[in-house]
Amino acid sequence: MDVLLDMKNVKVDIKTRSGTFAALDLEHLWINRGETVALVGETGSGKSMTASAIMKLFPTNKAKITNGEILFEGQDLVSWSERKMEKVRGKSMTMIFQDPMSSLNPVFPIGEPMVRMICKHLGVGKKEAKKTAIEALSFVGLPDPKGMMKRYPHELSGGQRQRVMISMAMACKPKLLIADEPTTALDVTIQLQILYLINQMKEKQGTSILFITHNLSVVSHIADRIAIMYGGRIIETGRTKEVFRSPRHPYTKMLIDAIPSVTNDRERLPVIEGMIDRSIEGCPFANRCPKARRECSTQGMPKLEGSSQDHMAACFFPLEEVPALV
Amino acid sequence: MIRFLIRRILLGIFVLFGVSLITFLIARVIPSEPAARWIGPRATAEQIAAAKVELGLNQPLFMQYINYIKGLFTGDWGVSITSHQPVLKELLIFLPSSLEIILGGMLIALIVGIPLGVLTAVYKETWIDHLSRGISIGGVSIPAFWLAMILQLIFYQYLGWFPLGERVSTETALLYPIETITGSNLIDSAVQGNWVYFSDALNHSILPMLTMAAFPLGVVTRMTRSSMLEVVGEEYMRVTKAFGFSSGVRTFKYALKNAMGPTITSLGLTFAYALTTTFLIESVFTWPGLGLYTSNAILSSDYPVIMGVTIFVTAAYLIVNLLVDITLAILDPRIKVNVE
Repeated sequence: MDVLLDMKNVKVDIKTRSGTFAALDLEHLWINRGETVALVGETGSGKSMTASAIMKLFPTNKAKITNGEILFEGQDLVSWSERKMEKVRGKSMTMIFQDPMSSLNPVFPIGEPMVRMICKHLGVGKKEAKKTAIEALSFVGLPDPKGMMKRYPHELSGGQRQRVMISMAMACKPKLLIADEPTTALDVTIQLQILYLINQMKEKQGTSILFITHNLSVVSHIADRIAIMYGGRIIETGRTKEVFRSPRHPYTKMLIDAIPSVTNDRERLPVIEGMIDRSIEGCPFANRCPKARRECSTQGMPKLEGSSQDHMAACFFPLEEVPALV
Repeated sequence: MIRFLIRRILLGIFVLFGVSLITFLIARVIPSEPAARWIGPRATAEQIAAAKVELGLNQPLFMQYINYIKGLFTGDWGVSITSHQPVLKELLIFLPSSLEIILGGMLIALIVGIPLGVLTAVYKETWIDHLSRGISIGGVSIPAFWLAMILQLIFYQYLGWFPLGERVSTETALLYPIETITGSNLIDSAVQGNWVYFSDALNHSILPMLTMAAFPLGVVTRMTRSSMLEVVGEEYMRVTKAFGFSSGVRTFKYALKNAMGPTITSLGLTFAYALTTTFLIESVFTWPGLGLYTSNAILSSDYPVIMGVTIFVTAAYLIVNLLVDITLAILDPRIKVNVE
């Protein structure tokens, strides 16, 4: 398969008053064309930081990429100027955000930025751009797309706003869509519709999707591959089915075990005790890992390893592989 | 929108009534004898009694007030007891020249203040920001009359760029006369194509306008800066960036419109300040306007004039704030929803 995005050894540091904080230390993350990759992890694990690094769109200007390369269609984005990035953002790579309530500018009708963006990226006139925008709005299933262009965000519901965001994201037929927890702020019934739309983008336009979530059950539905993050690092990655069938990292196993299930009559859900501690040496999960030994904290950081790229884990003592049922 | 306007106008009329009642009562309570002033020095008791009848001062207080309100609506705002001229007529003569410096000053404040505020928000914590903070704090805290005199000292005494005072030089007024249409020298001369008069009048009005601009300039700059900073931190601005808009478009197209609300509101509030500042500025620049007219009236306790000016200033303030609210509703579509 053809690789669209390839991130190697990407490090992001945030400068604070008390010193620099290593927000991200990404060994290897890649996305093929037309593929959905899910980035899973708890709060503060570096999922959104990964998305920000790809788009070079950090929420604070104190954050900087200090190492590594981000190859997008073979070109290293790390060295790119802001000017050059502006030509790519919204056109070849685009992003939808967690909270549709605050993602749209309240004082502009929703068609205004859409038309302006299409004019800029596709180099077409206003009339043509308007047509494209209306097409995009009707693609995401919004009623009366023509009238929708003139409406303001406060007149729409959360689900409708997220649809508007998706239509804006797909209007220029991007190669990569980063969806940063796009369903977290929505009702469960709406969530499924939004997931369906994102999947449609992949199938109709061949868009690759980086889907960021902390919801594992969502992942199992839409992702071809999955990457589990912990403490700013990827600790396990592989084909979704493989990872779910036979997790190699204790953290992944504990996450999967914590998914609520109707068929299982447990009294209580298992809980992973403790919090992420970024200050510890060695394996970042060592302080919470039930299988941790003394070596976990003394041998430095574990590397991503596995029999093939289809399934790798960063653990000194990975779990036994569960044999596949034939 | 229509309902909103009607409600605001009714509310405004209510406020005007209140103000008229208060000024009326104060004018009656202060110890002065208007009838004696009306006659002038060395008035006899008979003359004063006759003047009381002529001015309606012999009627009960309540009737006097009713007559006064009636007069306000029919254009009879009373007669000045020092000049014996109708108050409204005199107001309309002095008003345009005051409005000239007030609006000129406000315009300067907007044209300079908004870009400066945006610039300081973009270059936060750099020398531009510190410089503009200095200018703003200075503009807000330096007293207008002092600033006026310093400007005179620099631009008249040392540099000789601008005249000391008055609206236009006597030679220009005599050699290139203009007809009065609006009462604003700048507009009248421009309409009549009298550019000699126009440039002379403009030259005269620059220092008063600059003095007037200082306070609103400081307010506008600081307001624009802080609300820009707030808007730039909003999630939708990051979204705008994610869709590839350049920083210029993001700042001036998408952030500025959101940030204008507080700036416009505070500008409306500084208008009240501007009306009182003209009193001082006009005194320093011997500018024959509402301020000079009013301060003379106060000194000679010419109460019909004082009342007329108060009513007028209140009405102007109400109108300006109504305009502010309409502007806000145009800028932000959410405001209409809250009103209806």
